[in-house]
Amino acid sequence: MMTKSVALKLGRSLPPLSVCLSGGLALIIIGGAFLAPWLAPYDPTDLASYDLMNAEYPPAFVEGGDPRFLLGTDNQGRDLLSAMMYGARVSIFIGGGAVLLSAMIGVFLGLVAGYYGGKVDALIMRCADVILSFPTILLALLVSGLARAVFPQAASAQWAPFILIAALATHEWVQYARTVRAATMVEGAKDYVRATKVIGLPARRIMLRHILPNVMGPVLVIATINLAGAVLTEATLSFLGVGMPPTYPSLGTLIRIGNEFLFSGIWWIAAFPAIVLVLLVLAVNVVGDWLRDRFNPKLRARS
Amino acid sequence: MTELPPALEINALTVQYPAPEGGFVSAVEGVSLNVRRGEIHAVIGESGAGKTTIGNAAMGLLEASAHIPSGTIHIGGKPLDMARGSAEGVVLGRDIGAIFQDPMTSLNPLFTVESQLVETLRTHLKLDRKEASAQALELLRAVGIPEPERRLKSYPHQLSGGQRQRVVIAAALACGPSLIVADEPTTALDVSVQAQILKLLRDLCDTRNIGVLLVTHNMGVVAQIADRVTIMHKARVVESGPTAEVLRRPQAEYSRALIAAVPRLDVKLDRFPVLSGAGDAASAQARAAIGSGAGRVSAATDGSEILKVDGLCVDYRSAGWNPLAKAQRFRAVDNVSFAVRKGEIFGLVGESGCGKTTIANVISGLVRPTAGQVHYEGRLIEGKGAERRTGALRQSIQMIFQDPYSSLNGRMRIGSILAEPILFYKLAPNADQAERDVRQLIEAVGLAPDAAERYAHAFSGGQRQRLSIARALGPRPQLIVCDEPTSSLDVSVQAQILNLLKDLRDATGLTLLLISHDLAVVRQMCDRVAVMQAGKLVEEADTDTLFDTPQHDYTRNLLSLVPTLDSIRGEPLSSPLSQPLTSGNNHG
Repeated sequence: MMTKSVALKLGRSLPPLSVCLSGGLALIIIGGAFLAPWLAPYDPTDLASYDLMNAEYPPAFVEGGDPRFLLGTDNQGRDLLSAMMYGARVSIFIGGGAVLLSAMIGVFLGLVAGYYGGKVDALIMRCADVILSFPTILLALLVSGLARAVFPQAASAQWAPFILIAALATHEWVQYARTVRAATMVEGAKDYVRATKVIGLPARRIMLRHILPNVMGPVLVIATINLAGAVLTEATLSFLGVGMPPTYPSLGTLIRIGNEFLFSGIWWIAAFPAIVLVLLVLAVNVVGDWLRDRFNPKLRARS
Repeated sequence: MTELPPALEINALTVQYPAPEGGFVSAVEGVSLNVRRGEIHAVIGESGAGKTTIGNAAMGLLEASAHIPSGTIHIGGKPLDMARGSAEGVVLGRDIGAIFQDPMTSLNPLFTVESQLVETLRTHLKLDRKEASAQALELLRAVGIPEPERRLKSYPHQLSGGQRQRVVIAAALACGPSLIVADEPTTALDVSVQAQILKLLRDLCDTRNIGVLLVTHNMGVVAQIADRVTIMHKARVVESGPTAEVLRRPQAEYSRALIAAVPRLDVKLDRFPVLSGAGDAASAQARAAIGSGAGRVSAATDGSEILKVDGLCVDYRSAGWNPLAKAQRFRAVDNVSFAVRKGEIFGLVGESGCGKTTIANVISGLVRPTAGQVHYEGRLIEGKGAERRTGALRQSIQMIFQDPYSSLNGRMRIGSILAEPILFYKLAPNADQAERDVRQLIEAVGLAPDAAERYAHAFSGGQRQRLSIARALGPRPQLIVCDEPTSSLDVSVQAQILNLLKDLRDATGLTLLLISHDLAVVRQMCDRVAVMQAGKLVEEADTDTLFDTPQHDYTRNLLSLVPTLDSIRGEPLSSPLSQPLTSGNNHG
């Protein structure tokens, strides 16, 4: 009922220009990433297509560029545009997956901790504190290392993304849990929640139907910000050798590689992936903010 | 004194705010009023009438979006620059003192009383630290704070609400202002504290020759201390004049209705007189239908006990961060026993913190008691060995909450909120029938059935409270616990809600447990009353007996402190109550 009416509203009035632009941008980046095998001029996963002779060509529109490589090539002669399209695919999958998984775990644990309080709360939040005491990278290294030890295929291109998602989510759920716990405590003390308790609704229903929609606002904000963080952390892990194999570079890996060449005047390897990453995160943030307000009936009436 | 200009002179002031759908809405329109020195001028009206805007305009504290197309304000004879919100030679804090509603938030919690007062004194009067300190002490004496030397070094959280409000008044007085703007100065306080603060304001006004602009919604407060009163309605002045004249012989219809809606402490009326009642035929019919609805025991008011509370004790522990430290216990409810009979309205009154809400929470199952028992129709529902509250037992006790703004889930349609308990308890065979039931409930509380399609924010406070009542009726309860159901509503709305509760009781044979701090409301509503003080029950009696011949000192004291319209300032005490107080179409 709710989604239908929202869909109707979306059809009736166009969202503001910034949201339209951001939405279009996000669609182009995500579409380009997922259609990479059909759209990309080269296949960067095909080692036979590299030629070191082509290495470090500047973009085609700059002096010395090669028209075959629109955005230039990296240090191994890979076409940067193709590498970015494939890389965005990996980044969006891992970043989005990590955000989704950590949000799900965090929201669930936060709701339970905030609603029941007492010992349940103490147990969950002390676990969260322990996890917070580890740096993200260290914990992710630990998880990936463990995964590789028990599961030899973990390092393969097929399984590495899932291991990375799990590794990132192990640390990131804490933020969601803490935020949702605090918001749940505030909402739980409000009269509308007390009314549902007096009516005698079961706890699961009170949490999911009454409290959850009222604590989702900050979760969306954290999620859109964490998307960028997850993409960069993935890059770090790949750089350290526990992430994606070098034959499957992600956006983050490309930025890392480009970083080394930045001071020798080869700016494009880092710049283009970074621009795409920034635009993607910005677009997702704008659209996420708008969606959050759109789903809030109180704000919808005013706008 | 006569050559002194008035402390505040407002002439044909109009303040507008941009409306969400374009254009402007007037918050205040063409308002003129004078506050003379040594005079308390009350501005009274319901929420949204524009009374606070007047106070803010005088202090230059209007929001940036405010637009003032016309009008002038003179403070002590000096014109206020409307664009800048200040007058030449008039300084907020020195020439105008401000007292706000909530003494909990109007003092900075990180500074001592002394530093807050000294800061004002040093800024405006250019005193040195020592002089300022001495002056601060003097001010605390003037506002009657006990042990002023010790209190100077206190932080706000170490003071009670009344003491804090006294400090706020001291700060307002600090630099000898000619005008004090007091915006609902006693609304957040208990009656006994309110009485002290009002007396203090009156004394200061008389002795220091200060003009006070008193913004309030409480007619009793106006009657007690104001010299002149201006009644506002929908941004305009409805009536203005000396207090006794306006309150005794109101000319405008709105003033008459407003005064009539004030609950009276002296006589019990059958229903509150209201201008436009919710008692139209459709809603009466819906109420009757609910009353005769399936699953409801008929209105058997045979006087048998429906609820019995026995030796109830509730302790709160302060949960510290240190598990080794001994938990501090606080006994909120101490050995309270009473019984509620079927079909009656039982009142529980007391000042804030006396434990009345805790009792409500125990009865509705939100708080576990430390000791004692609660029986409902002979079944043990709280205490050692109580049965689990499920199904019919859970259904039969419902609750109405104080704050209408937080008691409805803002993310759900009203229809879904009301349908939830009906579907959960399978009180309707299918969703269509549930929807019809929801519409009937909405009609029964006097709203149009299309309310089901909307969200809570589309409704006013009073309408929301009606919807809360509809939700409480949904599970077809026998007993409804009403926790301060009207204390955050305007008087005219309060009158309607209280009438509605009475109508519902009559139509359905419900039993109501009414928790309130407002003695007048309790007198009008309840059949029997229990008075609580600091966790203990001090007196329990029939309403008329309790109000006419109170036995306990505490009850007597409480009754004497309630500001009422019985005695109006500037009138001989023995003045008989004149007739215009009971006008309006008295239905029921």
